[in-house]
Amino acid sequence: MQTDDLIQLLTKDAPVKRRFNHVFVTAIAVSLLVSFVLLLITLGLRQNLLQAAQTPRVAFKIGLTVLLAITGSQVALRIGKPGVPLRPALLALALPAAALVIGVVSELAVVPAAQWEPSLVGRYPAACVFFVSLLSLAPLTGLIYALRQAAPENPAKAGAVAGLASGALAACVYALHCPDDSPLFVATWYLAAIALVTSAGALLGKRLLRW
Amino acid sequence: MKHSAREEEWADWLRMAMKGDAAAYDRFLRAVTPYLRSIARRRCDLFGIPTGEAEDVVQEVLLAVHLKRGTWDTTRPIGPWLSTIVRNKMIDSFRRRGRHVSVPIEDVMETLEADNRQPGLDRIDVEKMLAGLRDPQREIVRSISVGGEGIRETAERLKMSEGAVRVALHRALKGLAVLYRSEERADR
Repeated sequence: MQTDDLIQLLTKDAPVKRRFNHVFVTAIAVSLLVSFVLLLITLGLRQNLLQAAQTPRVAFKIGLTVLLAITGSQVALRIGKPGVPLRPALLALALPAAALVIGVVSELAVVPAAQWEPSLVGRYPAACVFFVSLLSLAPLTGLIYALRQAAPENPAKAGAVAGLASGALAACVYALHCPDDSPLFVATWYLAAIALVTSAGALLGKRLLRW
Repeated sequence: MKHSAREEEWADWLRMAMKGDAAAYDRFLRAVTPYLRSIARRRCDLFGIPTGEAEDVVQEVLLAVHLKRGTWDTTRPIGPWLSTIVRNKMIDSFRRRGRHVSVPIEDVMETLEADNRQPGLDRIDVEKMLAGLRDPQREIVRSISVGGEGIRETAERLKMSEGAVRVALHRALKGLAVLYRSEERADR
């Protein structure tokens, strides 16, 4: 094909229907809704969620997952856009990381050492890992779909970031049910689940995010 | 033309194009192409690759710029976006041809001279590419690129709506990108 002929073709397809930003935000909104409905029909919300959310541990758990979801999504959005520096978004991930460290240290300070292990294991560690993974399926699908419209430099890395953001979004949703409130529990099982989703994202990205 | 003025102009054209101005898009693509050609040929010279491969790479990069233009944030300067996409696609395209080249990131906007020499013989056999598409996509691509028809004429001839032709063309371009990606090279 002559390059001129190709240009002819491209000019006939000039308008852009949906920009990547728009696709990305829509994907998050829709998948978050799907994930939330999935929580409602499987586990349901925590009893007296509103009162519980005013206790420091629950507020910390919800706040931390929301913060990680926001900062993680920012990285995912930027990694899809060529020429946009990633560094500020990566540095912002230090916020949830620092919050987690502060939460864990405070918990260790106020809880007697004998209670550390039961706090860490909690009541439903396996359910936490299982449900955070399950609830991340919709966001992961949505974010991979959105990033397929984008142009990430490294497909596996972009997939991993999509996984991180999806795991964090799923963690936000699961936190509305989760009866285990210790920061030690959150630091262990929530992070384990998010790490799992991040690895799954990397594998998917490697296959699906090439362009 | 000065670097910044060129960047402004390209940004204006692409902005208009994304809103549907085909003439502005034509200006944009025809302005960018000689620079892409210049970079691709210099890579070929530098790494001892036959110059003929440059044009294939140029086409592949153009198609990538086209399919990914929705990732350009129109409030940001176009230079970093275009340079990154061109660099990544060029490395990728050469690599799939079994060539390992490096393309410095600032190359695109820094490239001062455009290569306006006639492109070499096109090496990608159009019929072979078209064979990878299904009808009506194949017929649409053929009539617009080779036949030089417009959307409306194509729609009338194929008894399709203009909207359907546009959708099929967009899908065909995505399909072409996949074909370029999977194209096996005999001359490795």
